Amino acid sequence: MTDTALYSAHGDPHHLRGLYDSTLGHGGPAPKRIVTGYGFWIFLLSDIVMFSCFFASYAVLFRQTAGGPSGAQLFDLKNVAAETAFLLLSSFTCGLASIAADMRNARWYQAAMAVTCVLGLCFLALELREFSDLIARGAGPTRSAFLSAFFTLVGCHGLHVSAGILWLLTMMAQVLAKGFRADILRRLLCFALFWHALDIIWVAIFSIVYLLGSGA
Amino acid sequence: MSEQQTYEFRDPHDLAPGDEEEVRLGQRLLGYLIGLGLSILLTATSFFVAGTDLVWQPSIPVALTVLAIAQMGVHLVFFLHITTGPDNTNNVMALAFGLLIVFLVIGGSIWIMSHLNQNMMPMDQIMRMQ
Repeated sequence: MTDTALYSAHGDPHHLRGLYDSTLGHGGPAPKRIVTGYGFWIFLLSDIVMFSCFFASYAVLFRQTAGGPSGAQLFDLKNVAAETAFLLLSSFTCGLASIAADMRNARWYQAAMAVTCVLGLCFLALELREFSDLIARGAGPTRSAFLSAFFTLVGCHGLHVSAGILWLLTMMAQVLAKGFRADILRRLLCFALFWHALDIIWVAIFSIVYLLGSGA
Repeated sequence: MSEQQTYEFRDPHDLAPGDEEEVRLGQRLLGYLIGLGLSILLTATSFFVAGTDLVWQPSIPVALTVLAIAQMGVHLVFFLHITTGPDNTNNVMALAFGLLIVFLVIGGSIWIMSHLNQNMMPMDQIMRMQ
């Protein structure tokens, strides 16, 4: 107890906790990178819980087409496959950007982030084209409960990707202006987590909404 | 304590989600490449299974669900670096709690709503009563 109070009060200036840190949780506060990353991980999980509510409402409303078109008549699986490829590759290049950042290689970092950005924009363009196509065919979100749930779920993911692209551009600018400072690297860690989590949610969307929907 | 020091100090018992134990460039690159390869394989299988007549049709929803869960696992391990290592305990516990809530929400909604659907009077009879 006294050890904890002593080291947390001064933020452990001499890394003394390494000497005492024989058991988990008795070394004072964790490094900032772990606290930040863990906090963001909790946020991501709550975001996934929010998505699970949209998935639940989609699953419940899936058959309520109100005499309108069903998923099997609307979905274009080639388009979905292209979207999936763009998002998966962007997740990979985002990983490359994390490695480049840890290697403190600004040129590779900016290149990988730029590729990630382009792939993310391609995904968004395809999704917007699909949405406008659906609305033009009279299958907009107001047509049936099924389409309301569909647009809410997939659109919410699209909004997350849009926000992610804005964040990505901010991170490119921050590294350009401030270099690989510890606080910038923590933000990068959070951004990479966010981008990879979006890809996980997309896996659920293309499996459950598009592939199951086009079969049923 | 300067910011730089905070970052350089790696806790031996704890790892931020997304951080890797591995620091060598080649090994890390290989990890992402394996993740990408497995994801492409699983995605391609999913799309193939959904569009084919070769598979027994009633098994397709189960197959797609299993493939999706497998791919999410691949993403978690190779991209988010959530592993079963002792330094990852906190991250895995948070994930387990999140998954519990997800299954309660989705499973509970489908369960309750399907029962309601079965017990509800058909729509035309409701209309006739009014």
